[in-house]
Amino acid sequence: MLDVRSCASLSEASGILLGDRHARLVGGGTLVMRDVNEGRLTEGTLVRVVDPVFRQMNAGGPRIELGAGVTMAMVLASRELAFLHPAARGIGGPAIRTMATIGGNLFADTPYGDFTVALLALDAQIVVQAGYGSGRAMPLEEFLAARERGGQGLVTGVQFARPQNASEFHFRKVARVKPKGISVLSIAAHLPLSGGRVAQARVAYGAMAPTPIRARGVERALEGKALDAGAIQAAKQAALEGCRPATDAIASEWYRREVMPVHLGRLLAGDGR
Amino acid sequence: MAKIPVQFRLNGSDRAAFVDAPETLLNTLRRGLGDFAPKYGCGQGTCGVCTVLVDGEPQLACLTLSVACEGREIETASGMADGPDLHPLQAAFMDHFAAQCGFCTPGMLTAARALLAKNPNPSRDEVVEGISGNICRCTGYEPIIAAILAAASAPGARRA
Repeated sequence: MLDVRSCASLSEASGILLGDRHARLVGGGTLVMRDVNEGRLTEGTLVRVVDPVFRQMNAGGPRIELGAGVTMAMVLASRELAFLHPAARGIGGPAIRTMATIGGNLFADTPYGDFTVALLALDAQIVVQAGYGSGRAMPLEEFLAARERGGQGLVTGVQFARPQNASEFHFRKVARVKPKGISVLSIAAHLPLSGGRVAQARVAYGAMAPTPIRARGVERALEGKALDAGAIQAAKQAALEGCRPATDAIASEWYRREVMPVHLGRLLAGDGR
Repeated sequence: MAKIPVQFRLNGSDRAAFVDAPETLLNTLRRGLGDFAPKYGCGQGTCGVCTVLVDGEPQLACLTLSVACEGREIETASGMADGPDLHPLQAAFMDHFAAQCGFCTPGMLTAARALLAKNPNPSRDEVVEGISGNICRCTGYEPIIAAILAAASAPGARRA
């Protein structure tokens, strides 16, 4: 039988998750409740967090902190997070966005998890609380690498630096169904410019590996370069480094490899297609 | 396992039910409270046929735990008409032949209601976005979009 525990504090939820390996956190329900409906999850405990801290947003300053229970609709309602609106708007329809949380998106299997791609390009830190202790921050990339092992604790929030210039942050989701569908791929790029040249480029992909990944070849190709035709061409040539896309109902591995450099080039060139 | 008591307002009336811990709001509405407007479609959050309003926001009842709805305000398509008077959205759906089999219609109406509550004069693109989480396999979307645009310009379209 499945039980549901509603926890008034993060510590309480974290303690249950640590002590019961059959316990699963349920946030908006868009991932876990699918498993319940389809009979894949019939035993254990669903842990709900009703602590308001879980849905707290601190988006006004240079360092942004979002609770793991913040929904895509809450992101879209925040003018201070306008640079993240394209990524949040890419998640489902309005009803899904009311429910789907940032924390849940970190656990979405490929080809889902587009918001996490944006967070990866922002060098986000994930705050994880294990047991009753205080939370600790870890790089998102490290978190994703360990995600399949599970048991890291309760994700309580994400932290990242606000891009100094919102126009230096780019996001693109490619889907076959309009106005939206499941990702063929997604790309996020944070390309700060210093003296007209890219400094500290961060580029991330979704649906090009079992989890969202950094495109390190692209980052190297762009670093220190003006964002001109030559740099974009070099980035396209390095576009597939480290990619291990899957063949699924949305696209084949071959197709994803073929179109990724095209869409990367368009994103870097500011082409809205 | 013991049933859990849950109370919420459904279409303006206080309602109570005893639910299983992992029971979805959709099951409680349909099997417990006899509101058959929200439907079970995919059970995955893809089709939107179970869309309801929870405290005015669209949510998918098939993915919502009933125990999470304690004290909340739930609205379904069943509560849109005022006695014999159809809601302007319902009237527009009839006028524009926006329903065929009718299975998606309650979800479409609820999604459209949520859209017009926030944006009384949506553009066509905004309507398309507003129903982007709802699938229709009969009429195609054009009559539905036309109906929502027509309802937006009708008096009383924002009626709760």
